[in-house]
Formats: sequence, C-alpha cells, structure tokens
Amino acid sequence: MNRKKNRGEDPRYKIANREAIIGVGLVVINFILWYGFAYGLGSGPVEEYEYVFGLPAWFFYSCIVVTVVIFILVVLAVVFLFKEVPLEDEEEEAR
Amino acid sequence: MNGEVIIPLFLFLIVIFFIGFYASKFLKTTADFLQEYFLGSRQLGGFILAMTMVATYGSASSFVGGPGVAYTVGLGWVLLSMTQLATGYFVLSVLGKKFAIMARKIRAVTLVDFLKERYRSKWVVILSSASIIIFLFSAMAAQWVGGARLIQSLTGLSYTAALFIFAVSVLIYVIIGGFRAVAITDTVQGVVMFLGTMIILIGTIIAGGGVGNIISDLAAENPDFISPYGADRSLTPLYVSSFWILVGVGVVGLPQVAVRAMSYKSSRGMHRALIIGTAVVGVIMLGMHLTGVFARPILPGIEVGDTVMPRIAMEVLPAWLAGIVLAAPMAAIMSTVDSLLLLVSSAIVKDVYLNYVKPEANDRTVKQLSIGVTAVIGLLVFVMAIQPPELLIWLNLFAFGGLEAAFIWPVIMGLYWKKGNASGAMASIVTGVISYILFHSFMPEAFGMHTVVLPVVLSLCAYILVSLVTVKRHAEIQARVFQKLWSA
Repeated sequence: MNRKKNRGEDPRYKIANREAIIGVGLVVINFILWYGFAYGLGSGPVEEYEYVFGLPAWFFYSCIVVTVVIFILVVLAVVFLFKEVPLEDEEEEAR
Repeated sequence: MNGEVIIPLFLFLIVIFFIGFYASKFLKTTADFLQEYFLGSRQLGGFILAMTMVATYGSASSFVGGPGVAYTVGLGWVLLSMTQLATGYFVLSVLGKKFAIMARKIRAVTLVDFLKERYRSKWVVILSSASIIIFLFSAMAAQWVGGARLIQSLTGLSYTAALFIFAVSVLIYVIIGGFRAVAITDTVQGVVMFLGTMIILIGTIIAGGGVGNIISDLAAENPDFISPYGADRSLTPLYVSSFWILVGVGVVGLPQVAVRAMSYKSSRGMHRALIIGTAVVGVIMLGMHLTGVFARPILPGIEVGDTVMPRIAMEVLPAWLAGIVLAAPMAAIMSTVDSLLLLVSSAIVKDVYLNYVKPEANDRTVKQLSIGVTAVIGLLVFVMAIQPPELLIWLNLFAFGGLEAAFIWPVIMGLYWKKGNASGAMASIVTGVISYILFHSFMPEAFGMHTVVLPVVLSLCAYILVSLVTVKRHAEIQARVFQKLWSA
C-alpha cells in the first residue's frame, strides 16, 4: 500500500527527506563531540587541567575546535550531499 | 554620557530608516501585497536569509543577559551557550526544502497557513494563531523593555524617552517596509552584531593581558570559573545538555524562525545560508559569552549582570569603538522585535481576519488593514512597556519554551509523518502549552533538566498517540491533503 502511495509522490521530497536526516546527523555528531570533550576532559579537579593557548583543554576542544569541526562538516555536507532542486511547481514557473 | 558613544548609535538608526524607505518601494509595485508585506515575495538570497535567521534568533539575552550570566557563572555558561550552534544549520536543513516546496504549493505566507492546509482544521488554526499572538506579544514587550533600558543606560535619557526613540525607530521601518525591510535591516543588524562581537572580544583579551593571564586570574578567584560546572558547581551535565532542546533543536518550533524557512528564493540560497548561518552563530555565541567571562578579572564586583556588557565596552575600548560595539545589542533587540511585530500582525490579519472574519476582503482593505494592525500592535506594546514587567528574561523564556512545545511537532511531524492528523496536532499544541505552564509553575526544572524538555516529550507522545487512534476518522481528509501537498 505504501509503495502505491509513493509512486505519485513529488520526487523532490526524497532529496528533502535525505537532507533532513543529514541535519539530524549533524546535531547528533555535534552533541557527542561537545559533550565528550567538555566532560571527558573537564570533570577532573581544576588543578590538574591541561591548557591549550591559555584556555583549559576541555573548553578549547568542546567549544572552539568542535565549533570549527561542525562548520567544516556543514560545508562538506552542503557541497557534496545537498542537491539543488527547483522550488517552484512547474505550472507556477510557466506562468 | 559621552557623545562619541552616541554618534555611531544614531548613524546606525539612520541607516535603518533608509532601508525602510527603500523596501517600501517594493510594496507599491507588488502584485500580491500579502506575499510581499509578510514574506518579501520569497526573494531572499543566501546571505540575507542567514543573517535574518541569526539576527531574529539572537536577542537581548545573547548580548546583554547571557554575557551577564557568563560573568557570574564562568566558562560553564559558555559551554551551555554553545548548544545554540545547532540553530545555524539545524532549522534550515530539517524544515529544509520540503517546507519551502510545500509552502509554495499552497502559497502559504505564515506558519499557520501551512498548518491550515496540512491539517484542514479550524481549531488547529485558531489554537495556533492564539498561541502566536499571546506568546509573541509578551516576548515582544520584554524585548522592548530591554531595548529601552539599553538606550536609557547609554544616553542617560529617561526610560520613557528611551522607549519612545526605540519604538519610533522600529515601528516606522516595519510599518512602511514590511518583511523585506525587516530582512534587510536584520542583515545590517547581523553584520553589526558580528563585528561588535569580534571587537569587544579582542579588546577584552588585550585589556586582560592575554588569554592565559585572564584564565589564571579567574582560577585564582574561584577554580570553578574555569570548570564546566559553573562557579557554584550547580551546572550538571544533564541540565546543560537539556539546553540542546531549548535553544538548539527546539528552535524549529518558533514561528518567527520557521517562517523564514519559507522565504528564500532558491535552494542555492538555502545552501549558502546554512554555511553562513553556522559561522555567524558560532562566532557571536562564543564571542559574546566568552567576553562576559573574560570581563570578570578586568572589572570585578559587578552586581547587576545586565550592566556587564555596556561597562566592559566602555572600559576596554575607545569611546567611538564602544559606540559601534554597543550598537550590537541594540541591533539584536531591534532585529528580534521587528520580526515579532510583523508576525503577530500577520497572525491577526492573515490567519484570523482573512480566514474567519472576511475572506472576501479586497486588496485595498487588506493593505490598509495590514499596515493599520501593525501600527496598532506597535502602539499597544509601547503602552505596555511604559510600566515594564520586572522579570524580563522570565517572560521571554516563557514565551520561547511555550511556543516550542506547541509547534515543534505539528510542524516537523506534519512534514515528515503522513499519518499525523488534525486531532494529533491539536492534542500536541494543547499538551505542549498546558504542560509547559504547569511544569513552569509547579515543577520547574523537573528531574534536573530545563523545564521545556518534558512538555516537548509529552507533546510528541500526544501527537503520535492521538493521530494513531483517530486514523479512521480522518481518512478522507488525509487523502485530500496528500493529494495537495505530496503529489508531484
């Protein structure tokens, strides 16, 4: 029954659905890296912290490096995974 | 107050005015007034789209309240603020092309237009317009108070005079220019926010004698200023993580943000906006909150968090540069307020009046009414803000979480789950709003998470359960909805 319904479906939605899943994937990666670095490196006593460029290592990695990494991942996703599709319906374009 | 600080602020206001006049030209020539006034005729390019998203989302709390809390709490609060990075890419990729395509199929101008076609239920429309009007009106009032207090503290004018300047500036360009004016001014305001953040962060680091120096000063005062747990160790990992719902993914449910996801011109624009938006959000959130923390060794002992930003700017920067930096929070507040104003106005004109009061109204009436309603709401907020409610951030967050709990599932599930129906959406909105108010009043921060988390979970359960139980009742309508929204 599902197959029958999908046959007439707007083909652009397949692309849209895939991109939504990529968005969710990015958030999951973002969260894991952010959490892992912050509490993985930052939960010990402050006296034993390591420092990178003057900042505590947990902060440097979870807030600065992760932000840069996510930005790069967004760029890569957009360039290699996102597809350009026309947004207008055909009849509207013809008008 | 120093004249050199005020000059950049006034130049900024003048630029904003001119944009309003520029945008009003499009309104005179447009064939479809509603599409132009409330949505800019879906013509936004990538850069403007990214900036209007970021600027609408970034408000008084990102530039005044947030850094003030960071000052008291330490690096833990910066960690928490970075949950907002997700707003840069999540909203656009998840609502994404599907929302934009569906909105075009039905010529939707507002979020409620989408809900109306997706669920075909009078009650969904009424409930959602009512939540938008009530919650966003209060959010707007809170932002106006913030804007006026900021002008007051910078210029030394009385509160009422400051409020008047703020109100007049915002009202004129929104009323005459509509969405296009809002989006373009948002872009200018976003650029000001971005530059202001960079300048103040660099200035603060230099004044504090370098990052290493500042961090050791902080650690000397209280080691927990540089731990992820906050100065009094009250920030648990669970609590901080729960902000991913409030200010990360939940933002999808905010109507002022969601409506922008149907305003862009092409998928190329959306792709560019994803990249630009992520970079800008990252820099602003990291920079502003880090500045709040770094301000502490330079200006110890500030009691009122909201004054940290203005004071540090004047302390570490030359006056004219401080003026530019202090235009940033001004810009943040204005860019939030202008969108809210237009959105409340569209809810009244488009969602209520044209749906139920007078669907056959002609173009002229609609035009006069849109401009009139926008002006009246503006004046109403002005009057309310004269006697300001005390708890600015409380009101603001209440509106924020309430709207998220109400709209996130009807929008997301409406796009991606075909079985979702009107009864499910209604159950979700009611459950979301009511449980948010109840949790907020009787069990705030239940189980150590931010209050918004449980209402969001409950409203998801309500949506799914009720949709499944009522499958049969909606079968016929759902078939028509698929035909219109899903078919090629």
